[in-house]
Amino acid sequence: MMAKRRGDLLGVRAALSDRLLPVLVGAMSFLAALALGGALASATLAASWQGDTASALTIQVPQPTAQDAAHHGTRLAAVQQALAASKNVADVHVLSEAQINRLIAPWLGSDAASLGLSLPAIITGQWTGPGGTDQLTAELQQVSPGALLKTGALWAQRVAALTTSLQACALAVLLIVALVAAAVVAVATRSGLAQLRETIETVHGLGALDADIAARFAARATWLALAGSIGGTVLALPVLGWLAWLAAPFTGGSQFNHLFSLPPALLALVPLLPGCSALIGWATAQITVRGWLRRLP
Amino acid sequence: MVRFDDVWLRYRHTTRAAEAEALRGISFEIEEGGFRWLTGPSGAGKTSLLKLIYLAEHPARGRIEILGTRAARTTRREAALLRRRIGVVYQDFRLLPQLDAYDNVALPMRLARRSEAQVQADVTEILRWVGLAHRMHARPDELSGGEQQRIAIARAVVARPKLLVADEPTGNLDDEQAERLMLLITALNKLGTTVIVATHNTQLVQHYPFPRLGLENGRLVHDG
Ligand SMILES: Nc1ncnc2c1ncn2[C@@H]1O[C@H](COP(=O)(O)OP(=O)(O)O)[C@@H](O)[C@H]1O
Ligand SMILES: [Mg+2]
Repeated sequence: MMAKRRGDLLGVRAALSDRLLPVLVGAMSFLAALALGGALASATLAASWQGDTASALTIQVPQPTAQDAAHHGTRLAAVQQALAASKNVADVHVLSEAQINRLIAPWLGSDAASLGLSLPAIITGQWTGPGGTDQLTAELQQVSPGALLKTGALWAQRVAALTTSLQACALAVLLIVALVAAAVVAVATRSGLAQLRETIETVHGLGALDADIAARFAARATWLALAGSIGGTVLALPVLGWLAWLAAPFTGGSQFNHLFSLPPALLALVPLLPGCSALIGWATAQITVRGWLRRLP
Repeated sequence: MVRFDDVWLRYRHTTRAAEAEALRGISFEIEEGGFRWLTGPSGAGKTSLLKLIYLAEHPARGRIEILGTRAARTTRREAALLRRRIGVVYQDFRLLPQLDAYDNVALPMRLARRSEAQVQADVTEILRWVGLAHRMHARPDELSGGEQQRIAIARAVVARPKLLVADEPTGNLDDEQAERLMLLITALNKLGTTVIVATHNTQLVQHYPFPRLGLENGRLVHDG
Protein backbone atom coordinates (compact mmCIF):
# COMPACT_ATOMS: atom_id res chain seq x y z
CA MET A 1 0.00 0.00 0.00
CA MET A 2 2.72 2.43 1.06
CA ALA A 3 4.84 1.64 -1.98
CA LYS A 4 1.88 2.10 -4.28
CA ARG A 5 1.05 5.49 -2.79
CA ARG A 6 4.54 6.78 -3.34
CA GLY A 7 4.83 5.09 -6.71
CA ASP A 8 1.70 6.54 -8.28
CA LEU A 9 0.91 9.83 -6.57
CA LEU A 10 -0.73 11.30 -9.64
CA GLY A 11 -2.75 8.29 -10.79
CA VAL A 12 -0.69 7.97 -13.97
CA ARG A 13 -1.20 4.21 -13.98
CA ALA A 14 -4.91 4.56 -14.58
CA ALA A 15 -4.58 7.54 -16.90
CA LEU A 16 -2.08 5.88 -19.25
CA SER A 17 -4.05 2.73 -19.95
CA ASP A 18 -2.33 -0.60 -20.40
CA ARG A 19 -4.39 -1.70 -23.39
CA LEU A 20 -4.03 0.29 -26.58
CA LEU A 21 -0.50 1.64 -26.23
CA PRO A 22 1.33 -1.69 -25.77
CA VAL A 23 -0.77 -3.40 -28.44
CA LEU A 24 -0.02 -0.71 -31.02
CA VAL A 25 3.64 -0.45 -30.09
CA GLY A 26 3.78 -4.26 -30.24
CA ALA A 27 2.33 -4.22 -33.77
CA MET A 28 4.90 -1.59 -34.78
CA SER A 29 7.70 -3.71 -33.33
CA PHE A 30 6.44 -6.73 -35.24
CA LEU A 31 6.61 -4.75 -38.49
CA ALA A 32 10.01 -3.34 -37.56
CA ALA A 33 11.36 -6.85 -36.93
CA LEU A 34 10.13 -7.99 -40.34
CA ALA A 35 11.63 -4.92 -42.01
CA LEU A 36 14.95 -5.57 -40.28
CA GLY A 37 14.81 -9.20 -41.41
CA GLY A 38 14.09 -8.10 -44.99
CA ALA A 39 16.93 -5.61 -45.03
CA LEU A 40 19.43 -8.14 -43.70
CA ALA A 41 18.19 -10.92 -45.98
CA SER A 42 18.54 -8.78 -49.09
CA ALA A 43 22.03 -7.75 -48.00
CA THR A 44 23.01 -11.40 -47.51
CA LEU A 45 21.51 -12.47 -50.83
CA ALA A 46 23.22 -9.61 -52.62
CA ALA A 47 26.57 -10.40 -51.04
CA SER A 48 26.43 -14.05 -52.05
CA TRP A 49 25.26 -13.34 -55.59
CA GLN A 50 27.13 -10.21 -56.42
CA GLY A 51 30.67 -11.38 -55.78
CA ASP A 52 30.51 -14.33 -58.21
CA THR A 53 28.25 -12.74 -60.73
CA ALA A 54 30.07 -9.50 -61.42
CA SER A 55 33.37 -11.15 -62.33
CA ALA A 56 31.96 -14.18 -64.15
CA LEU A 57 33.11 -14.36 -67.82
CA THR A 58 31.40 -16.37 -70.53
CA ILE A 59 32.91 -16.60 -74.00
CA GLN A 60 31.18 -18.19 -76.93
CA VAL A 61 33.33 -19.27 -79.87
CA PRO A 62 31.27 -20.12 -82.96
CA GLN A 63 32.76 -22.70 -85.33
CA PRO A 64 35.48 -23.62 -82.84
CA THR A 65 37.21 -26.03 -85.17
CA ALA A 66 37.50 -23.61 -88.10
CA GLN A 67 40.84 -21.97 -88.99
CA ASP A 68 41.68 -18.91 -86.95
CA ALA A 69 42.34 -15.55 -88.58
CA ALA A 70 46.12 -16.02 -88.63
CA HIS A 71 45.86 -19.62 -89.98
CA HIS A 72 47.87 -20.98 -87.05
CA GLY A 73 45.29 -23.46 -85.75
CA THR A 74 41.66 -23.71 -84.65
CA ARG A 75 39.70 -20.69 -83.54
CA LEU A 76 39.17 -22.28 -80.14
CA ALA A 77 42.90 -22.71 -79.63
CA ALA A 78 43.49 -19.12 -80.73
CA VAL A 79 40.93 -17.81 -78.27
CA GLN A 80 42.40 -19.97 -75.49
CA GLN A 81 45.85 -18.59 -76.27
CA ALA A 82 44.56 -15.02 -76.19
CA LEU A 83 42.88 -15.65 -72.85
CA ALA A 84 45.98 -17.28 -71.44
CA ALA A 85 48.01 -14.26 -72.54
CA SER A 86 45.71 -11.85 -70.76
CA LYS A 87 46.71 -11.00 -67.19
CA ASN A 88 43.11 -10.15 -66.33
CA VAL A 89 41.52 -13.53 -66.83
CA ALA A 90 41.71 -16.47 -64.45
CA ASP A 91 40.13 -19.91 -64.06
CA VAL A 92 39.72 -20.46 -67.78
CA HIS A 93 37.73 -23.57 -68.39
CA VAL A 94 36.41 -24.97 -71.65
CA LEU A 95 33.11 -26.72 -71.20
CA SER A 96 33.20 -30.32 -72.38
CA GLU A 97 30.68 -31.58 -74.85
CA ALA A 98 28.86 -33.36 -72.06
CA GLN A 99 28.62 -30.13 -70.06
CA ILE A 100 27.30 -28.24 -73.05
CA ASN A 101 24.78 -30.99 -73.70
CA ARG A 102 23.62 -30.71 -70.14
CA LEU A 103 23.18 -26.97 -70.57
CA ILE A 104 21.12 -27.19 -73.70
CA ALA A 105 19.29 -30.39 -72.91
CA PRO A 106 16.27 -28.60 -71.47
CA TRP A 107 15.74 -26.88 -74.81
CA LEU A 108 16.91 -29.37 -77.40
CA GLY A 109 16.62 -32.75 -75.73
CA SER A 110 19.26 -35.02 -74.27
CA ASP A 111 21.03 -35.98 -77.48
CA ALA A 112 21.41 -32.58 -79.07
CA ALA A 113 24.86 -33.56 -80.31
CA SER A 114 23.35 -36.25 -82.52
CA LEU A 115 21.25 -33.61 -84.26
CA GLY A 116 24.39 -32.50 -86.09
CA LEU A 117 24.06 -28.88 -85.02
CA SER A 118 27.24 -26.89 -85.10
CA LEU A 119 27.41 -25.77 -81.48
CA PRO A 120 29.73 -22.99 -80.35
CA ALA A 121 32.42 -23.79 -77.83
CA ILE A 122 31.83 -22.24 -74.46
CA ILE A 123 34.59 -21.01 -72.20
CA THR A 124 34.06 -19.80 -68.66
CA GLY A 125 36.44 -17.78 -66.55
CA GLN A 126 36.83 -15.05 -64.00
CA TRP A 127 37.55 -11.44 -64.86
CA THR A 128 40.18 -10.30 -62.38
CA GLY A 129 41.23 -7.09 -64.04
CA PRO A 130 40.19 -3.51 -63.48
CA GLY A 131 38.00 -1.62 -65.88
CA GLY A 132 35.98 -2.96 -68.78
CA THR A 133 36.49 -5.89 -71.10
CA ASP A 134 36.28 -3.96 -74.38
CA GLN A 135 39.92 -4.47 -75.33
CA LEU A 136 39.79 -8.22 -74.71
CA THR A 137 36.59 -8.47 -76.76
CA ALA A 138 38.31 -6.73 -79.66
CA GLU A 139 41.30 -9.09 -79.46
CA LEU A 140 39.07 -12.17 -79.45
CA GLN A 141 37.07 -10.83 -82.39
CA GLN A 142 40.32 -10.45 -84.30
CA VAL A 143 41.52 -14.03 -83.83
CA SER A 144 38.04 -15.57 -84.04
CA PRO A 145 35.41 -13.46 -85.81
CA GLY A 146 32.04 -13.77 -84.15
CA ALA A 147 33.43 -14.62 -80.68
CA LEU A 148 31.18 -13.26 -77.95
CA LEU A 149 32.31 -12.21 -74.49
CA LYS A 150 29.91 -11.47 -71.61
CA THR A 151 30.47 -10.54 -67.99
CA GLY A 152 27.96 -10.56 -65.15
CA ALA A 153 28.60 -6.88 -64.45
CA LEU A 154 25.27 -5.68 -65.75
CA TRP A 155 23.41 -8.40 -63.88
CA ALA A 156 25.35 -7.59 -60.74
CA GLN A 157 24.45 -3.92 -61.15
CA ARG A 158 20.80 -4.83 -61.27
CA VAL A 159 21.09 -7.00 -58.18
CA ALA A 160 22.84 -4.15 -56.41
CA ALA A 161 20.13 -1.66 -57.43
CA LEU A 162 17.44 -4.05 -56.26
CA THR A 163 19.17 -4.62 -52.93
CA THR A 164 19.65 -0.91 -52.38
CA SER A 165 16.01 -0.16 -53.05
CA LEU A 166 14.87 -3.05 -50.83
CA GLN A 167 17.04 -1.72 -48.04
CA ALA A 168 15.77 1.82 -48.59
CA CYS A 169 12.23 0.46 -48.32
CA ALA A 170 13.10 -1.36 -45.11
CA LEU A 171 14.66 1.81 -43.71
CA ALA A 172 11.55 3.79 -44.68
CA VAL A 173 9.38 1.17 -42.97
CA LEU A 174 11.51 1.39 -39.82
CA LEU A 175 11.27 5.18 -39.85
CA ILE A 176 7.51 5.21 -40.38
CA VAL A 177 6.99 2.54 -37.75
CA ALA A 178 9.07 4.56 -35.27
CA LEU A 179 7.08 7.71 -36.07
CA VAL A 180 3.78 5.87 -35.65
CA ALA A 181 4.97 4.45 -32.32
CA ALA A 182 5.94 7.96 -31.18
CA ALA A 183 2.57 9.30 -32.32
CA VAL A 184 0.77 6.54 -30.39
CA VAL A 185 2.72 7.39 -27.24
CA ALA A 186 2.11 11.13 -27.74
CA VAL A 187 -1.64 10.65 -28.16
CA ALA A 188 -1.87 8.34 -25.13
CA THR A 189 0.19 10.76 -23.04
CA ARG A 190 -1.95 13.74 -24.09
CA SER A 191 -5.12 11.89 -23.20
CA GLY A 192 -3.59 10.97 -19.83
CA LEU A 193 -2.64 14.60 -19.27
CA ALA A 194 -6.16 15.74 -20.11
CA GLN A 195 -7.56 13.21 -17.65
CA LEU A 196 -5.21 14.36 -14.89
CA ARG A 197 -5.31 18.09 -15.71
CA GLU A 198 -6.54 19.23 -12.30
CA THR A 199 -4.24 16.90 -10.41
CA ILE A 200 -1.23 18.10 -12.37
CA GLU A 201 -2.17 21.75 -11.95
CA THR A 202 -2.43 21.14 -8.22
CA VAL A 203 0.93 19.40 -7.79
CA HIS A 204 2.48 22.05 -10.02
CA GLY A 205 1.09 24.61 -7.60
CA LEU A 206 2.54 22.66 -4.69
CA GLY A 207 5.98 23.00 -6.25
CA ALA A 208 6.40 19.83 -8.30
CA LEU A 209 9.17 20.25 -10.87
CA ASP A 210 8.35 19.80 -14.54
CA ALA A 211 11.01 17.07 -14.53
CA ASP A 212 9.21 15.22 -11.69
CA ILE A 213 5.86 15.22 -13.45
CA ALA A 214 7.37 14.32 -16.83
CA ALA A 215 9.38 11.51 -15.23
CA ARG A 216 6.24 9.87 -13.85
CA PHE A 217 4.56 9.83 -17.25
CA ALA A 218 7.79 8.80 -18.98
CA ALA A 219 8.31 5.87 -16.61
CA ARG A 220 4.82 4.58 -17.34
CA ALA A 221 5.15 5.12 -21.12
CA THR A 222 8.57 3.43 -21.13
CA TRP A 223 7.22 0.39 -19.35
CA LEU A 224 4.15 0.06 -21.59
CA ALA A 225 6.19 0.53 -24.78
CA LEU A 226 8.79 -1.98 -23.58
CA ALA A 227 6.19 -4.60 -22.68
CA GLY A 228 4.31 -4.15 -25.96
CA SER A 229 7.48 -4.20 -27.99
CA ILE A 230 8.79 -7.37 -26.36
CA GLY A 231 5.46 -9.02 -27.20
CA GLY A 232 5.52 -7.88 -30.83
CA THR A 233 9.16 -8.82 -31.33
CA VAL A 234 8.74 -12.28 -29.82
CA LEU A 235 5.75 -12.87 -32.11
CA ALA A 236 7.89 -11.85 -35.09
CA LEU A 237 10.63 -14.38 -34.33
CA PRO A 238 8.87 -17.51 -35.69
CA VAL A 239 7.90 -15.58 -38.82
CA LEU A 240 11.51 -14.48 -39.29
CA GLY A 241 12.68 -18.07 -38.72
CA TRP A 242 10.31 -19.28 -41.40
CA LEU A 243 11.49 -16.61 -43.85
CA ALA A 244 15.13 -17.45 -43.09
CA TRP A 245 14.37 -21.08 -43.80
CA LEU A 246 12.79 -20.16 -47.15
CA ALA A 247 15.81 -18.03 -48.04
CA ALA A 248 18.38 -20.60 -46.92
CA PRO A 249 18.94 -22.24 -50.35
CA PHE A 250 19.74 -18.82 -51.87
CA THR A 251 21.99 -17.53 -49.18
CA GLY A 252 23.93 -20.76 -48.87
CA GLY A 253 23.49 -20.28 -45.16
CA SER A 254 21.59 -22.52 -42.82
CA GLN A 255 20.36 -25.95 -43.81
CA PHE A 256 17.15 -27.78 -43.16
CA ASN A 257 18.38 -29.00 -39.83
CA HIS A 258 18.67 -25.39 -38.58
CA LEU A 259 15.01 -24.72 -39.12
CA PHE A 260 14.82 -21.84 -36.67
CA SER A 261 18.33 -20.53 -36.84
CA LEU A 262 18.41 -16.86 -37.76
CA PRO A 263 21.36 -14.94 -39.19
CA PRO A 264 23.62 -13.71 -36.37
CA ALA A 265 23.23 -10.08 -37.46
CA LEU A 266 19.47 -10.38 -37.09
CA LEU A 267 19.81 -12.08 -33.71
CA ALA A 268 21.98 -9.16 -32.63
CA LEU A 269 19.63 -6.46 -33.94
CA VAL A 270 16.18 -7.79 -33.03
CA PRO A 271 16.69 -7.57 -29.25
CA LEU A 272 17.45 -3.86 -29.76
CA LEU A 273 13.86 -3.25 -30.92
CA PRO A 274 12.26 -3.31 -27.44
CA GLY A 275 15.09 -1.04 -26.27
CA CYS A 276 14.40 1.39 -29.10
CA SER A 277 10.65 1.26 -28.38
CA ALA A 278 11.27 1.97 -24.71
CA LEU A 279 13.49 4.89 -25.68
CA ILE A 280 10.84 6.23 -28.07
CA GLY A 281 8.23 5.88 -25.30
CA TRP A 282 10.39 7.66 -22.77
CA ALA A 283 11.48 10.50 -25.04
CA THR A 284 8.03 11.09 -26.52
CA ALA A 285 6.37 11.19 -23.09
CA GLN A 286 9.05 13.55 -21.77
CA ILE A 287 8.66 15.94 -24.71
CA THR A 288 4.84 15.76 -24.65
CA VAL A 289 4.51 16.36 -20.90
CA ARG A 290 7.11 19.13 -20.75
CA GLY A 291 5.47 20.85 -23.72
CA TRP A 292 2.05 20.58 -22.07
CA LEU A 293 3.37 21.92 -18.74
CA ARG A 294 4.55 25.11 -20.49
CA ARG A 295 0.96 26.34 -20.37
CA LEU A 296 1.18 26.49 -16.58
CA PRO A 297 2.89 29.57 -15.06
CA MET B 1 9.05 39.29 2.65
CA VAL B 2 6.15 40.09 0.30
CA ARG B 3 6.39 43.29 -1.68
CA PHE B 4 4.26 44.68 -4.53
CA ASP B 5 5.29 47.79 -6.51
CA ASP B 6 2.65 49.22 -8.83
CA VAL B 7 1.41 45.78 -9.86
CA TRP B 8 -1.20 45.38 -12.58
CA LEU B 9 -2.86 42.11 -13.53
CA ARG B 10 -4.74 41.60 -16.77
CA TYR B 11 -6.47 38.33 -17.60
CA ARG B 12 -6.08 37.43 -21.23
CA HIS B 13 -8.91 35.82 -23.18
CA THR B 14 -11.53 38.01 -21.51
CA THR B 15 -14.26 39.28 -23.78
CA ARG B 16 -15.17 42.42 -21.85
CA ALA B 17 -12.21 44.77 -22.21
CA ALA B 18 -13.38 46.97 -19.31
CA GLU B 19 -13.07 44.08 -16.85
CA ALA B 20 -9.75 42.87 -18.23
CA GLU B 21 -7.81 44.71 -15.50
CA ALA B 22 -8.25 42.53 -12.41
CA LEU B 23 -5.69 44.50 -10.39
CA ARG B 24 -4.61 48.11 -10.93
CA GLY B 25 -1.49 49.67 -9.51
CA ILE B 26 -1.23 47.62 -6.30
CA SER B 27 1.63 48.51 -3.91
CA PHE B 28 2.13 47.16 -0.39
CA GLU B 29 4.64 45.38 1.78
CA ILE B 30 4.30 42.65 4.40
CA GLU B 31 7.17 42.28 6.84
CA GLU B 32 8.62 38.89 7.75
CA GLY B 33 6.39 37.19 10.33
CA GLY B 34 3.57 39.64 9.61
CA PHE B 35 -0.15 38.95 9.34
CA ARG B 36 -2.56 40.60 6.90
CA TRP B 37 -6.23 40.26 6.29
CA LEU B 38 -7.22 40.72 2.67
CA THR B 39 -10.78 41.99 2.41
CA GLY B 40 -13.10 43.25 -0.25
CA PRO B 41 -16.39 42.40 -1.92
CA SER B 42 -16.68 39.44 -4.23
CA GLY B 43 -14.93 40.17 -7.53
CA ALA B 44 -12.67 42.82 -5.98
CA GLY B 45 -9.53 40.86 -6.91
CA LYS B 46 -8.62 39.06 -3.67
CA THR B 47 -8.00 35.69 -5.34
CA SER B 48 -6.15 37.42 -8.18
CA LEU B 49 -3.79 39.11 -5.74
CA LEU B 50 -3.13 35.85 -3.89
CA LYS B 51 -2.45 34.08 -7.21
CA LEU B 52 0.30 36.57 -7.91
CA ILE B 53 1.77 35.83 -4.49
CA TYR B 54 1.76 32.06 -4.94
CA LEU B 55 3.11 32.40 -8.48
CA ALA B 56 0.05 31.15 -10.32
CA GLU B 57 -0.18 34.30 -12.47
CA HIS B 58 2.29 36.75 -13.95
CA PRO B 59 1.64 40.49 -13.55
CA ALA B 60 1.11 42.60 -16.66
CA ARG B 61 3.19 45.36 -15.07
CA GLY B 62 4.97 46.08 -11.82
CA ARG B 63 7.42 44.37 -9.56
CA ILE B 64 6.72 41.51 -7.15
CA GLU B 65 9.12 40.21 -4.54
CA ILE B 66 8.30 36.99 -2.65
CA LEU B 67 10.52 35.67 0.16
CA GLY B 68 13.33 37.87 -1.11
CA THR B 69 13.05 36.68 -4.72
CA ARG B 70 12.00 38.78 -7.71
CA ALA B 71 9.15 36.69 -9.13
CA ALA B 72 9.79 37.74 -12.72
CA ARG B 73 13.44 36.74 -12.55
CA THR B 74 12.96 33.06 -11.64
CA THR B 75 13.50 30.08 -13.91
CA ARG B 76 10.74 27.47 -13.95
CA ARG B 77 12.76 25.36 -11.55
CA GLU B 78 13.38 28.24 -9.14
CA ALA B 79 9.69 29.13 -9.26
CA ALA B 80 8.79 25.51 -8.34
CA LEU B 81 11.26 25.53 -5.44
CA LEU B 82 9.86 28.89 -4.29
CA ARG B 83 6.31 27.46 -4.39
CA ARG B 84 7.42 24.76 -1.96
CA ARG B 85 8.13 27.47 0.61
CA ILE B 86 4.62 28.90 0.22
CA GLY B 87 1.66 27.10 1.76
CA VAL B 88 -1.60 27.70 -0.10
CA VAL B 89 -5.17 27.05 0.99
CA TYR B 90 -7.19 27.31 -2.22
CA GLN B 91 -10.71 28.62 -2.21
CA ASP B 92 -11.79 25.34 -3.83
CA PHE B 93 -9.39 23.14 -1.75
CA ARG B 94 -7.94 21.22 -4.74
CA LEU B 95 -7.46 17.93 -2.93
CA LEU B 96 -6.45 15.04 -5.19
CA PRO B 97 -9.55 12.83 -5.48
CA GLN B 98 -7.64 9.54 -5.86
CA LEU B 99 -5.61 10.02 -2.66
CA ASP B 100 -6.90 9.66 0.90
CA ALA B 101 -6.60 12.43 3.49
CA TYR B 102 -3.22 11.20 4.72
CA ASP B 103 -1.68 11.07 1.24
CA ASN B 104 -3.13 14.44 0.30
CA VAL B 105 -1.52 16.03 3.33
CA ALA B 106 1.72 14.13 2.67
CA LEU B 107 1.94 15.40 -0.92
CA PRO B 108 4.10 18.52 -0.34
CA MET B 109 6.55 16.53 1.78
CA ARG B 110 6.83 13.75 -0.76
CA LEU B 111 7.34 16.28 -3.57
CA ALA B 112 10.20 17.65 -1.47
CA ARG B 113 11.50 14.07 -1.12
CA ARG B 114 11.38 13.99 2.67
CA SER B 115 11.95 10.59 4.27
CA GLU B 116 8.87 8.45 4.75
CA ALA B 117 9.55 8.37 8.50
CA GLN B 118 9.44 12.15 8.67
CA VAL B 119 6.34 12.24 6.45
CA GLN B 120 4.62 9.86 8.85
CA ALA B 121 5.54 11.89 11.94
CA ASP B 122 4.60 15.30 10.52
CA VAL B 123 1.43 14.24 8.71
CA THR B 124 0.08 12.43 11.75
CA GLU B 125 0.82 15.41 13.96
CA ILE B 126 -0.81 17.96 11.65
CA LEU B 127 -3.88 15.74 11.14
CA ARG B 128 -4.27 15.59 14.91
CA TRP B 129 -3.92 19.36 15.03
CA VAL B 130 -6.80 19.91 12.61
CA GLY B 131 -8.79 17.24 14.46
CA LEU B 132 -8.94 14.73 11.63
CA ALA B 133 -6.54 11.99 12.74
CA HIS B 134 -9.45 9.54 12.80
CA ARG B 135 -10.32 10.36 9.16
CA MET B 136 -6.86 9.93 7.65
CA HIS B 137 -7.88 7.05 5.40
CA ALA B 138 -10.97 8.74 4.00
CA ARG B 139 -10.89 10.02 0.43
CA PRO B 140 -11.98 13.62 -0.24
CA ASP B 141 -15.40 12.58 -1.56
CA GLU B 142 -16.04 10.84 1.78
CA LEU B 143 -15.35 14.05 3.73
CA SER B 144 -17.68 16.97 4.45
CA GLY B 145 -16.89 20.43 3.06
CA GLY B 146 -15.54 21.54 6.41
CA GLU B 147 -13.39 18.44 6.74
CA GLN B 148 -12.02 18.90 3.22
CA GLN B 149 -11.13 22.48 4.09
CA ARG B 150 -9.24 21.33 7.20
CA ILE B 151 -7.36 18.77 5.11
CA ALA B 152 -6.50 21.54 2.64
CA ILE B 153 -5.20 23.64 5.53
CA ALA B 154 -3.20 20.72 6.90
CA ARG B 155 -1.62 20.22 3.47
CA ALA B 156 -0.76 23.92 3.27
CA VAL B 157 1.11 23.98 6.58
CA VAL B 158 2.59 20.46 6.84
CA ALA B 159 5.88 21.37 5.16
CA ARG B 160 6.29 24.40 7.48
CA PRO B 161 6.14 27.09 4.83
CA LYS B 162 7.70 30.51 5.39
CA LEU B 163 4.60 32.08 3.89
CA LEU B 164 0.99 30.95 4.29
CA VAL B 165 -1.64 32.14 1.83
CA ALA B 166 -5.26 31.29 2.56
CA ASP B 167 -8.17 32.16 0.26
CA GLU B 168 -11.41 32.37 2.27
CA PRO B 169 -10.38 29.43 4.46
CA THR B 170 -13.39 29.77 6.73
CA GLY B 171 -15.90 29.74 3.90
CA ASN B 172 -17.13 26.23 4.65
CA LEU B 173 -16.64 26.25 8.42
CA ASP B 174 -19.09 26.98 11.20
CA ASP B 175 -18.20 29.59 13.79
CA GLU B 176 -16.58 27.14 16.18
CA GLN B 177 -14.46 25.53 13.45
CA ALA B 178 -13.53 28.99 12.16
CA GLU B 179 -12.33 29.89 15.66
CA ARG B 180 -10.21 26.71 15.84
CA LEU B 181 -8.73 27.45 12.43
CA MET B 182 -7.82 30.99 13.49
CA LEU B 183 -6.13 29.63 16.61
CA LEU B 184 -4.11 27.32 14.37
CA ILE B 185 -3.15 30.07 11.94
CA THR B 186 -2.23 32.58 14.63
CA ALA B 187 -0.15 29.91 16.34
CA LEU B 188 1.78 29.36 13.10
CA ASN B 189 2.13 33.12 12.75
CA LYS B 190 3.60 33.36 16.23
CA LEU B 191 6.11 30.67 15.22
CA GLY B 192 7.31 33.01 12.47
CA THR B 193 5.20 32.18 9.41
CA THR B 194 4.10 35.19 7.40
CA VAL B 195 0.34 34.94 6.82
CA ILE B 196 -2.16 36.44 4.39
CA VAL B 197 -5.81 35.50 4.74
CA ALA B 198 -8.47 36.63 2.28
CA THR B 199 -11.96 36.76 3.75
CA HIS B 200 -15.24 38.61 3.61
CA ASN B 201 -16.12 37.51 7.16
CA THR B 202 -16.13 40.93 8.88
CA GLN B 203 -16.83 39.40 12.28
CA LEU B 204 -13.65 37.38 12.11
CA VAL B 205 -11.65 40.44 11.08
CA GLN B 206 -13.04 42.38 14.02
CA HIS B 207 -12.28 39.52 16.38
CA TYR B 208 -8.64 39.31 15.27
CA PRO B 209 -7.51 42.88 14.80
CA PHE B 210 -4.54 42.38 12.48
CA PRO B 211 -3.63 44.93 9.79
CA ARG B 212 -5.87 44.76 6.74
CA LEU B 213 -5.44 45.21 2.99
CA GLY B 214 -8.75 46.34 1.48
CA LEU B 215 -9.47 45.79 -2.20
CA GLU B 216 -12.23 47.28 -4.28
CA ASN B 217 -12.63 46.86 -7.98
CA GLY B 218 -8.99 45.89 -8.43
CA ARG B 219 -7.61 48.83 -6.47
CA LEU B 220 -6.08 48.88 -3.00
CA VAL B 221 -8.32 51.16 -0.92
CA HIS B 222 -7.06 50.32 2.57
CA ASP B 223 -3.66 49.40 4.01
CA GLY B 224 -3.21 49.30 7.75
N1 LIG C 1 -9.21 33.29 -14.73
C1 LIG C 1 -9.84 34.46 -14.96
N2 LIG C 1 -10.02 34.90 -16.22
C2 LIG C 1 -10.64 36.06 -16.45
N3 LIG C 1 -11.08 36.88 -15.51
C3 LIG C 1 -10.94 36.51 -14.23
C4 LIG C 1 -10.30 35.27 -13.88
N4 LIG C 1 -10.30 35.15 -12.53
C5 LIG C 1 -10.89 36.27 -12.06
N5 LIG C 1 -11.27 37.07 -13.07
C6 LIG C 1 -11.91 38.37 -12.93
O1 LIG C 1 -11.07 39.19 -12.14
C7 LIG C 1 -11.81 39.94 -11.20
C8 LIG C 1 -11.34 39.63 -9.78
O2 LIG C 1 -11.66 38.28 -9.47
P1 LIG C 1 -11.17 37.57 -8.15
O3 LIG C 1 -9.75 37.87 -7.99
O4 LIG C 1 -11.57 36.15 -8.23
O5 LIG C 1 -12.01 38.32 -7.06
P2 LIG C 1 -12.36 37.88 -5.56
O6 LIG C 1 -11.48 36.75 -5.21
O7 LIG C 1 -12.10 39.12 -4.76
O8 LIG C 1 -13.79 37.51 -5.55
C9 LIG C 1 -13.27 39.58 -11.42
O9 LIG C 1 -13.85 40.56 -12.24
C10 LIG C 1 -13.21 38.26 -12.16
O10 LIG C 1 -14.29 38.16 -13.04
MG1 LIG D 1 -11.92 34.80 -4.55
